[in-house]
Order: sequence, then C-alpha cells, then structure tokens
Amino acid sequence: MYEASDLRKGIKIEINGDPWTVSEFDFVKPGKGQALYRCKLKNMLTGSTMDRTFRVAEKIGKPDLEEKEMFYSYADGDFCVFSDAETYEEMRIGKDKLGNQFYFLVENAECKVLFFNGRPIEVTLPVFIEKVIADTEPGARGDTATNVTKPAKLDNGYELAVPLFVNIGDRIKIDTRTGLYSERVSKA
Amino acid sequence: MSAKPEIIRRLSSLKLRLEKRAAVFSAVREFFNSNAFIEVTTPVRIRAPAPEPHIVAVPSGDLFLRTSPELEMKCMLASGYGKIFQIGPCFRKNEKGRLHREEFTMLEWYEAGADYLKLIDFTRKLLEFISMKVHGSPRCVFRGCEIDFAKAEIITLKSAFAKFAKRNLLEIVADDKFEEVLVTDVEPALPKDRPVFVKDYPAKFAALSRLRKDDPEFAERWELYLGGVEIANAYSELVDGREQQERFRKAQAWKKYSGEGIYPENKDFTDVLGHGIPECAGCALGMDRLAMVIAGADSIDEIMA
Repeated sequence: MYEASDLRKGIKIEINGDPWTVSEFDFVKPGKGQALYRCKLKNMLTGSTMDRTFRVAEKIGKPDLEEKEMFYSYADGDFCVFSDAETYEEMRIGKDKLGNQFYFLVENAECKVLFFNGRPIEVTLPVFIEKVIADTEPGARGDTATNVTKPAKLDNGYELAVPLFVNIGDRIKIDTRTGLYSERVSKA
Repeated sequence: MSAKPEIIRRLSSLKLRLEKRAAVFSAVREFFNSNAFIEVTTPVRIRAPAPEPHIVAVPSGDLFLRTSPELEMKCMLASGYGKIFQIGPCFRKNEKGRLHREEFTMLEWYEAGADYLKLIDFTRKLLEFISMKVHGSPRCVFRGCEIDFAKAEIITLKSAFAKFAKRNLLEIVADDKFEEVLVTDVEPALPKDRPVFVKDYPAKFAALSRLRKDDPEFAERWELYLGGVEIANAYSELVDGREQQERFRKAQAWKKYSGEGIYPENKDFTDVLGHGIPECAGCALGMDRLAMVIAGADSIDEIMA
C-alpha cells in the first residue's frame, strides 16, 4: 500500500481494481482544515480521467505492474506475437492494445510491455523505427526542402506526410510517439 | 566564463516580481501606520504554540517555531495595545505545495473594539490601497482574470455551499466531507473579478473565534479569497476565558489522538485570559500569497527568494 504522502506526479495507483496514473498533483489545505492531496488520475486501461482527493492518512492501493522487454515477431490475425527477451517465451497481445502503434511494428523491434496482474495492458515501441514508403507521388528531383510535404503510404496502409524529395522504396525514420516522419535513411 | 549557478539564475529571474513584493510590503506598512496601528515584534521561537488541529509546529531546540503570533499579540492587546500589526515569519510542518511553504510570511493585526464585519471593510480598503500603490490602479490581473479591489463580494459559507456545490453545509460537515467539497466544488467557483469574503463558519471550525449570539451553530469568522485563492482568515476574537480553555482542551485531546503531538500550556496566555482580553477582532493574512496575486505570479515559488 501507498500512504497519501507518497503521491506525486507519474506514480501509479490502484482504485477499485483498476490501475491509474497520477497525471496532476497538488497539496491543498483549506484554512484551519485538514490537508488534502488533489489529483487528476488517468485510467491505464480505458484512458478515462477523473479528479480525486486523498486525505493525508489515507492508504492507497499499489497496482501489481511489471514491465518486460519483448521482441515483436509477427502479426497473427487480431493478435501480435511478441517473445520475451529473457526467456524467449512467446506471447500473443491483442492489436487493440496497440492502437496506431501497430502500424510502426517491425520485426525484432525491442518493445516494453507493461503487465497488470499478469495481463499485458500497454506496449511501448522504440522511439524511432524504420519503414519503407510503399506509395507516393513522384518527387521533384533536387528538391531538398523539408517544410513542403505530400501524402505517402506505408505497405500496411498507414498514411503520413513526407517531404517532396521522398520516393517510393525510400527507407524513412518515423517517431512512434507522434507518428510523424522524422528523416530519410536511404534512397530506393 | 563558467555557467551561472542555478541559485543566481533563479533569483535574477525573480527580480521584477520581488520588487513588486517589496512594494506590497511597504504599502501594507504605510496603510497600517496611517491608520494609527503600531508595528510590533513578538518572539518567533516560543514555548507553547496555540493547539489547533491540522496545524503542526516545527520544534526548535526545546522550543517551537511559531505557527502564528496570535497568543503573543493577544497578550499585548490585554496590556493596552489597542491597534497592533506584525509582519513576520511563521512555520507549519509538512505544508508544501503550489500555495504552501513550511516557512511563510504572515501579516497579523488586531483591533480592540472591532468585530469581524468591521474588518471586512478595513481589509477591502487595505487591498485597494496596496493595488493603487503598486499598480496605480484598483485593478490587477491574476491568473488571467482582472480583480477589481474597489468592489467586494460578501457571502456566507452556507450560501456558497448551496450555490456552488448545491449542498447543505451542515450536512457536509456532519458527513466529514467539508474540506473535499470546499476545495473541489466551492473554492474554484467563487467569483474571481473581485475580493470575496466568505463568512460565518460552522462552530466546529470556529478555532479562536466567537460564536454568533443569534445563531451559535456558526462562528464570526471569515476568509478572504482572491482569484479563488485563500488569502486571509479573520475573527471576532473569542475573549471568554472558560470557553477558550475548553476549546484548547479539546484541540489538545485531538492532537494527542491523531498523533500530531501536544504542546505545553501557554501559562502567560492562561493568565491573560483570567485577567481579561478586550473585545476585539483580528486577521491573519498570508503575505506571500497576497504578493503573488498583486504581482500576477502563478505560485508562491515565484514570489519568494
């Protein structure tokens, strides 16, 4: 269990069986009254948020969370198959747990998988991954401007904006936190 | 040249704000002096702080750092000093946040013969005077909202709970949810374009204030809010010695039970209660928070060196 005085921004707590992240935190104390910790919480399973106050002496649940390094292997229907970096044991994780991140998975990408009560709830990809452009309008030769963009597609259908000089078959770097083009790695 | 030390970077970035803070302090002194108050200095290290639930004194050797100068200033009142004010450091253990520091600066004043309603009028004039001195205008901007010190809103705590939280104050107190509803629903909804005086606290939160004669479920106490932030706390002071001792006894019992720790009896104050304190009213105002509002700072860290 946590004490309310352990609370701070970023700490993860358990309420009614769900894990929550403390996204905002402040100490408040009305005149002559008792001190409260006023928090904004984000549900780690559903993404919903709520405001909650805790009293100083309050005990707060500590969620059973574990983070493991896992390598992405392949997609299988609605699942992605990962293998444990230590034991090589395979694990199937629903695509719904990945959201848009699914589009950035590349074979053998080293990911961090967060488990709550032994169930995977969140997959964090490497910040940068490399993908090949599957489709885009031909670029203007010699145009190196990066502030003018055009639409492009990856082989899995993900669409993003790339500079005019990027062509089909080019290998690019994508920032997985934003889903945006970062730089060109090599030409086709 | 080597990079500037962090402390120098921080302090030099605060320069404009700390100059405003100084202007607030000198305006406060000017206002009190011109209203025939005398500035007093009572000890910071004391043997016996007033026992109050939820307020914990920091030990200092075999003494304590004061949590407020209240008892010492009341001893002066009983000795014939009818209009006194003090600006100085106070200390409260474990209070750290955007609006809290363990060490802060308190302005505290007492006026013999006054009551808490007279203090509302005086305090509003004080605020307007400070704003005129610092900004040349009765208005200042805090957290994106203009506060007009020429105006004031006076609302009972009971109406504030009914209006902003749609709850009955006494029921909330009985349910032990007072602080939660106050900080979640009431404080954020208070008007921000003028000073707000929230008055008449439930007897449970009377602290050292007198109960209303016409309605003893409520105490003659108010809190001042600027931009939704609590700035000052004032009472028609309790001068009934027997009632005061009874409240201290209850507070000590609570502090013992809760593990906050009890204090020695303040013998001087007990003697003064026996001798008699004149009818009076007093106010304690957080100078750091006031300077924060007047200077348009967001947290007290931006207004304290």
